[in-house]
Amino acid sequence: MATDLILPERLQGVEPVRSIRTPAELNYQFTAGKATSQFLRGISQRRILGQRCPVCSMVYVPPRGACPTCGVPTEEEIDLPHVGTVTTFCVVNVSFYGQGMELPYVSALILLDGSDIPLMHLIQEVPAAEVRMGMRVEAVWVDDTDLGPTLESIRYFRPTGEPDAEFDTYSANVLGTRSHEGQTFAHLEGSPS
Amino acid sequence: MRDVAIISFAQTKHVATRQDVNEVEMLMPVLVDVVEQAGVTKDRIDFVCSGSSDYLAGVAFSFVMTLDGVGPWPPISESHVDMDGSWALYEAWVKMQMGHADVALVYSYGKSSPGNLRRVLTRQLDPYYLAPLWPDSVSTAALQARAALDKGVITEEQMAQVVIDARRNALGNPNAQLAGDLELADLLAAEPFVSPLHKHDCSPITDGAAAVMLAAGDVARELCERPAWIRGIDHRIEPHAFGARDLTTSVSTAQAAAKAGVANGKVDIAELHAPFSHQELILTQSLGLDAATTSINPSGGALCANPVMAAGLIRMGEAAQRIMRGEADRAVAHTTSGACLQQNLVAVLEGEG
Repeated sequence: MATDLILPERLQGVEPVRSIRTPAELNYQFTAGKATSQFLRGISQRRILGQRCPVCSMVYVPPRGACPTCGVPTEEEIDLPHVGTVTTFCVVNVSFYGQGMELPYVSALILLDGSDIPLMHLIQEVPAAEVRMGMRVEAVWVDDTDLGPTLESIRYFRPTGEPDAEFDTYSANVLGTRSHEGQTFAHLEGSPS
Repeated sequence: MRDVAIISFAQTKHVATRQDVNEVEMLMPVLVDVVEQAGVTKDRIDFVCSGSSDYLAGVAFSFVMTLDGVGPWPPISESHVDMDGSWALYEAWVKMQMGHADVALVYSYGKSSPGNLRRVLTRQLDPYYLAPLWPDSVSTAALQARAALDKGVITEEQMAQVVIDARRNALGNPNAQLAGDLELADLLAAEPFVSPLHKHDCSPITDGAAAVMLAAGDVARELCERPAWIRGIDHRIEPHAFGARDLTTSVSTAQAAAKAGVANGKVDIAELHAPFSHQELILTQSLGLDAATTSINPSGGALCANPVMAAGLIRMGEAAQRIMRGEADRAVAHTTSGACLQQNLVAVLEGEG
């Protein structure tokens, strides 16, 4: 705090300006883009659409139109199943503004079958203490009338009751060994444009 | 000094608004194009530097998302400037001078259409005294134009002629947003926009992106038949406060030009980043260029397409491209930043043989 300002004599006894308020507001028309628009449109029709990289074959969901590993456009659309595996999770025990959830609740990364990057969502219909890595879960959607272009169209994921997935089936997403470690980028030569 | 050259250049077709794509989708084809033209594989790129501003699209950390377009895995050496891509190029050039990179990718992009550009640009002004008044970018430019007209260093006819030349040159530029044949009498009779500026004196609002590949020494010679060598590059900045500098000339441009060695030979072409017609006149004067011997803005310049944050890098690319094609031997590329030509970067590009 600047509490000991030394002012010129003519300003002494005058209340110093310690702060100013300059409110600023700018309005934008946001463009979601091709990939995100297709994904969100899919969600409003109960579809989860990923995109496959033409070079490394990774399937990204939600897709962003580019493979962040290879730096090439992704165009092939993949209709993903609504079932996946919890790769990691956290139990939320603290409340914060705008949360609207009953504590404790679980946020998890869910690797949908056939995809290579996990999606973040809630796990419900199971006590928080029972959620575990490898747990098989499925999407629970909102009613048809409430479907919209938002991930909130999926209310949450819940256990399917299947046996847990083997660690090996999702370990790459936990250990970070999924990507092209040790590879050169020679395979990018002549990549599709 | 290490020899560093521009070896490839790519840009979008510039349009008023790209509502079909987000920033990374807009940028992606440009990156693919510039890499392919350079004939390099990604593992040869030692450094990546980009220029953009989150204020344009209103998306926080948008430059982190556009990194998807580069493919930063395995991890890459990367940097970003909240400035026009020409300053990203400058950073890459410095890195190459230090011997830390032989090949560098520079890109920049700007979606100017999602927000109100004139209001957005007020945010770069002094935050205490000026920005709270929201003096928009056209009004501050008009202030400068008025000062230059009143001082007699430019005339309204000259301003109109700049627009006529720019639009005519842009007829040969398939990426330009505006092009055409205009009549002097029509321009002079046009309704004022923000006096003394007419709409045609102002650059259009543009969404677009650009990228260049830099290479050093023999690597550049190996990858490119006729690299555009950066023989000099310098940038200078003036005070933030309009009242603290002479708006009718550009001292920072003149200083950068002297440091870059603009006067050390004949200049075949000059690509000047002038978002307003009167600024091209001020810049031409400050750079010491003679329009009789130097072709000014053969691409049409920013008056025909002005993707903010990329318009300067496009000047670099347009100038370099003419050298790479053998159409010019020596070129000047200029970029400005801030209100009323506050900051200026000047580069001299040359071909060999």
